[in-house]
Amino acid sequence: MSIQSWTYVLVGITFSIYIAIAIWSRVQSTKEFYVAGGGVGAWANGMATAADWMSAASFISMAGIISFAGYDGAVYLMGWTGGYVLLALLLAPYLRKFGKFTVPEFIGDRYYSNNARLVAVFCALLVSFTYVAGQMRGVGIVFSRFLEVDINTGVIIGMLIVLFYAVLGGMKGITYTQVAQYCVLIFAFMVPAIFISIQMTGNPIPQLGFGSEISDGSSTYLLDKLDNLNVELGFNEYTDNTKPLIDIFAITLALMVGTAGLPHVIVRFFTVKKVADARKSAGIALLLIAILYTTAPAVAAFARTNLLETISTKSYKDIPQWFKKWENTGLIIFDDLDNDGMIDYTNDDSNELYVDRDIMVLANPEIANLPNWVVALVAAGGLAAALSTAAGLLLVISASVSHDLIKRVYYPEISEKGELVAARISAFFAVCIAGYFGINPPGFVAAVVALAFGLAAASFFPAIVMGIFYKKMNKEGAICGMLAGIGLMLFYMLKFKFDFFGGGLSEDYWFGISPEGFGSVAMILNFIVSFAVMKFTSPTPKKIKDIVDNIRIPENE
Amino acid sequence: MKSKDRYNNYWRTNIKYVSTLLSIWFTFSFLFGIILKDFLNQFSIAGFKLGFWFAQQGSIYVFVILIFTYVILMNNLDKKFGFKK
Repeated sequence: MSIQSWTYVLVGITFSIYIAIAIWSRVQSTKEFYVAGGGVGAWANGMATAADWMSAASFISMAGIISFAGYDGAVYLMGWTGGYVLLALLLAPYLRKFGKFTVPEFIGDRYYSNNARLVAVFCALLVSFTYVAGQMRGVGIVFSRFLEVDINTGVIIGMLIVLFYAVLGGMKGITYTQVAQYCVLIFAFMVPAIFISIQMTGNPIPQLGFGSEISDGSSTYLLDKLDNLNVELGFNEYTDNTKPLIDIFAITLALMVGTAGLPHVIVRFFTVKKVADARKSAGIALLLIAILYTTAPAVAAFARTNLLETISTKSYKDIPQWFKKWENTGLIIFDDLDNDGMIDYTNDDSNELYVDRDIMVLANPEIANLPNWVVALVAAGGLAAALSTAAGLLLVISASVSHDLIKRVYYPEISEKGELVAARISAFFAVCIAGYFGINPPGFVAAVVALAFGLAAASFFPAIVMGIFYKKMNKEGAICGMLAGIGLMLFYMLKFKFDFFGGGLSEDYWFGISPEGFGSVAMILNFIVSFAVMKFTSPTPKKIKDIVDNIRIPENE
Repeated sequence: MKSKDRYNNYWRTNIKYVSTLLSIWFTFSFLFGIILKDFLNQFSIAGFKLGFWFAQQGSIYVFVILIFTYVILMNNLDKKFGFKK
């Protein structure tokens, strides 16, 4: 069977599974819609969190980015896993004990203020929309590459599927489709990785193959060879840093803290039965995520070595079939500057080759000559990764509107049935807006996603952590802290990414920190402003201190 | 009064666990993976330079172990303080 027929078959099967789950898990109450009734087991929640978490960027772009960035790629690897330690130790158990539906709800109740709630809703919407745009785009990209439909048609197909199970099943539908999506995406990521690891090093475990000798009889280690190849072509050593270490430190921290502050990840821990399950499912989630995240750097190194060996300084006439296929999509561009018919890939002006980062995962199976069904599997996996994350984000958006804005602020007397209708309508509109951003994307997938972390790090993380660990923190402090943090982050992002406020180049970065890492600085500002304002304003009421005491213990007496 | 003491003891032990585990978290990721990367890259295990390995592999394994350690410690603590049904 051809790649395309295999893709139709595998995507068709996986989509039917998602739809079947959606029909089976229709919901009738708001508790089911927002938190799946609070009855999800630790393993199911761990799997759902892992799929929720691993986005189109993790699946499609990350290995490619690492492949080009070498050591610097560690910011994503450590940043997007280390946050789970913060989540498990500092947030998840307490938020579960608090036992409400949304993150703005925690902030609004803990800081006894609807203004705090509104600021939190604003931050949640900003973070989630920034993030969801990347996911819908990812869906479109996968459809267009593998099924040869227009990117926009792909986005619309994706929207319809998500709409179906998010509107019908709310969190319950999302949770169980995410469980299925985890299985699809991890299988789809691991199969090609294992094949390639065996081909290149003879070791079936990519995590070990990555540090083994290359199996061409030369008995050199893969990474040593890669360092040499890189240096020969004028690039940095693969295992050495290109960005300044202070920026690497800041980006890693911002991604970790941002992870722990992302509302769509936090709400997953509202769905488990008890506090002990919240801790356990954070561990399971990270274990399941780590399978992909420790494989990705291996795939990156394999792909880079493969690319340099099969393409660089080779004659264009003898180039393999896949090269021409991806050239047609514009993801590989070869411009023979010196007209010698050879592909010169270098780190200076004589470079003749442009390779899009996303190719490293999407085309890897073809580059390594794997069977057609493996190539198709990657398409199904990419779609699973993008759809699961999009659904989780859409739920946050719809709950922020129907629960935090309508029920808790503007129209408290709304009936349960009315709120459920409102939740479904807002989910519908959220999907439409996400689709719009998917069709008219602001920048490429990973860059946009990385900024969402900065925003989450600068706003939610400090407010929630102080809400749990520091009883004295009052509403004035928390509100001013969040506003200062997110304001500074937005300013920096607009200035250096979108050229507002006079713009600036990388030499102008404050403390040498790029916009991706600036969430760390904005977070520190949030803490400082919170403490300063708290000193000059009225203390936290006794009633709130009692609530905090109560969430610190796993069960009431 | 007794239940107040019990609460304080429980919370203090929790904070002790959290701060110990977070210092390990910091050491393996930020210290070994970033700050000391150049120094550790002088050493190798198998084909990996050590600093590079911590940054792209080792730290992630440590994160998983840290969370499960916390799960076990807290389950025992809950039991000791009678929070376990």
